[in-house]
Amino acid sequence: MASILAVDDSASMRQMVAFTLKGAGYDVTEAVDGQDALTKARSKQADVVLTDLNMPNMDGIQLIRELRKLPQYKFTPMLLLTTESAGDKKTEGKAAGATGWLVKPFNPEQLLATLKKVLG
Amino acid sequence: MSVDISQFHQVYFEESFEGLAAMESGLLGLSIGEPDSETINTIFRAAHSIKGGAGTFGFKTVTDFTHIMETLLDEMRSGQRMVTSDAVDLLLLSADQLGRLLVATRDKHDYDQDEFSTALHNLQTMLAGAPPEPEVAEVVDAPAQTATGWRVKFAPQPHLFMTGNDPARLLRELAALGPCMVTCDSSKVPAFGEFEAETCYLAWQIELNAAVPESAVQEVFEWVDNDAEIVINPILPAVPEVKAEKASVASADEKPSAARTEAPAIAEGASDANGAQAGSDDRRQTDRRQTERRSVERREPAGTGAAAATSIRVDVEKVDGLINFIGQLVITQSMLMAMSENFSLDDVEKLREGLAQLERNTRDLQENIMSIRMMPISFSFNRFPRLVRDLSSKLGKEVQLRLLGENTELDKTVMEKIGDPLVHLVRNALDHGLETPDVRVASGKPASGTLTLNAYHEGGNIVIEISDDGAGLNRQRILDKAREKGICGPTENPTDAQIYDYIFAAGFSTAAVVSDVSGRGVGMDVVRRNIKDLGGTVAVHSQPGVGAVFRIRLPLTLAILDGQLVRVGASVYIVPLIAIIESLQIDPNAVESISNQSEIYRLREEYLPVIRLREMLGSTQAPARLEDGLLVVVEVDGRKFALLVDELLGQQQVVVKSLQTNFRRVAGVSGATILGDGAVAMILDVGGIVRLCRERAADLPLLPPTARVA
Repeated sequence: MASILAVDDSASMRQMVAFTLKGAGYDVTEAVDGQDALTKARSKQADVVLTDLNMPNMDGIQLIRELRKLPQYKFTPMLLLTTESAGDKKTEGKAAGATGWLVKPFNPEQLLATLKKVLG
Repeated sequence: MSVDISQFHQVYFEESFEGLAAMESGLLGLSIGEPDSETINTIFRAAHSIKGGAGTFGFKTVTDFTHIMETLLDEMRSGQRMVTSDAVDLLLLSADQLGRLLVATRDKHDYDQDEFSTALHNLQTMLAGAPPEPEVAEVVDAPAQTATGWRVKFAPQPHLFMTGNDPARLLRELAALGPCMVTCDSSKVPAFGEFEAETCYLAWQIELNAAVPESAVQEVFEWVDNDAEIVINPILPAVPEVKAEKASVASADEKPSAARTEAPAIAEGASDANGAQAGSDDRRQTDRRQTERRSVERREPAGTGAAAATSIRVDVEKVDGLINFIGQLVITQSMLMAMSENFSLDDVEKLREGLAQLERNTRDLQENIMSIRMMPISFSFNRFPRLVRDLSSKLGKEVQLRLLGENTELDKTVMEKIGDPLVHLVRNALDHGLETPDVRVASGKPASGTLTLNAYHEGGNIVIEISDDGAGLNRQRILDKAREKGICGPTENPTDAQIYDYIFAAGFSTAAVVSDVSGRGVGMDVVRRNIKDLGGTVAVHSQPGVGAVFRIRLPLTLAILDGQLVRVGASVYIVPLIAIIESLQIDPNAVESISNQSEIYRLREEYLPVIRLREMLGSTQAPARLEDGLLVVVEVDGRKFALLVDELLGQQQVVVKSLQTNFRRVAGVSGATILGDGAVAMILDVGGIVRLCRERAADLPLLPPTARVA
């Protein structure tokens, strides 16, 4: 099953996402901020990266920017989980190399549907 | 698959309260005018997370409220809004309101609607400059979609793959909407030598034959909007002209309606395209719900405090350590078991070793378990920056707050109970201790006073000091007041320490003007009582013109105490070590008897009432001769007493078992414990013993009043 890297500084959101994904059979790695995610992404290849936008240490956009620099993450789908429905952040995220986004609040079903879409 | 997300509520609330605390300390740290962007970012992030979680878990009121705070903070972050002290004050108040809202949501009780509306209104006013008009639901005449399908041109830019988007996925999604005719345009594919595998050269023309709304098609390409040229045209039936126009009007309408949902949509559903009917129905329902809520509120007053503290967050390292110790314990246990199967006297040495190991394991385990209940005192200190800020501006004083030893750990229960006394002492220091800037300058001090909270460990206790560099306690005024109240006799000549101690007497206040800041002075006795209930002590040291220090000494935990085992008659009792000042052999010459009823012991320059524990505790044995026993000198409310015991046995840590829950409350006894030999020993409540003694003395009319203890 696909391996997912779930990044969020909010424990409740992260646990919810991880629980949902694990329940659907995905192999989930959790990270608490961009820095943590970058380290974990290097040591274990993720098939999809789901990241929150606003985080301490390194935010989601910077994380995506950094990941895209790594050859093994050049084409990996990376989704921003964001409450910013305003265009700014989406554009910024896209410019950094994000594949797409999932607007919070989302429910577990929406999360799984989006993921399925990305993974094909 | 359905996932029950309510299991994450607890975590959400915990992190939200942490976020609130971070917001508060961030706001307090903001310098007006030239704020630090990282600080604003931290505050923003906290609000953002609270909102995000609330949205996910369906706490709509929290989402809406936090949304406005977040918007304000976002404007500050991007420099669109000045960081004024008004704005900071409002955000602080809003954070308070948000805290109450979260508590109410967590405990599923109701919150003060009026208070909430006011807070919301204030936020909206700040955001908009004026309160937004209540939204009026508009009748949007949703035109029927007339297109029978869509013609889509999808020409990705060369870098599309680098965004992780796969054209095949997009086509698949489009195909999921209905039957598609796809034409691929491969004209841009270069000669093989120039071909780069990572570049997208292809473009597509798709004819989707399904009467789906345009938004559904747009949604498919939502993520690649800027990475591709996307043109969507309707496929229309024969006479489409007029209707097509209408369709485009509708899609133009969509945008403002989407923008409205972005705004703090309090009137839920009002911007819904379903129209006014639905909107007003919704509102009526909301009204009814509010009325119901209010009536519920009256029946059940909010009890926020009691429901708190049902779980603690524990560092994973501590848990791992615990598992490790348990492992060692199991090994020791199996070793001892193995030994018992074939035990010979030769093994005694080995047995002893095994038992020593068991003792070590047990001690490690105990320490580790205790540390799990330990939390850094910063949890308690965190509220003070805010308190000091609010109070000092109210009092017109300039105060610098210094927090030291914030990482000092103490038991969670102790921490919860010490909060109120600390607040009281801090208020007192601000109100009575520190002077106004002009007075300070006049006496040669810096205009700004310093209030220091310090915590540190000292010999199995935690010490918390509240010190200020204010005027110090007014010795003469306290003494006058004490004489006036009859706490101190007119001829008595108490020491400074005794005088300062009078402020802890019930109903004692010297404040010239009773203020709403530190109350009417009824608090200090309560402060001392609360601290005593925790097995702690509080003392004050003061130097006129230099300042005052309140020093609170508390046991690290309530579950275990250091005890002195004493024998009284045939029984063993435990005296908490914290109460004991010294133990001594009796010098018969130092004993003086008053009216043959009670004795006092002259110790250096002090006279200590002697309390014979045998009599007090109802030992059946004959009263002990004074010379045969030992005196344990204890301090209660700043006064010393000598307890007469038969023997001092040893000191040890004892696990406190409540008598009240297992039996009933017994005067003079604070609890019980089980000793190493399995016997039950009572833990003496020294204060209670003194009170008992007083009552008995009062029963004896012959006793001259001056000889009454205390």
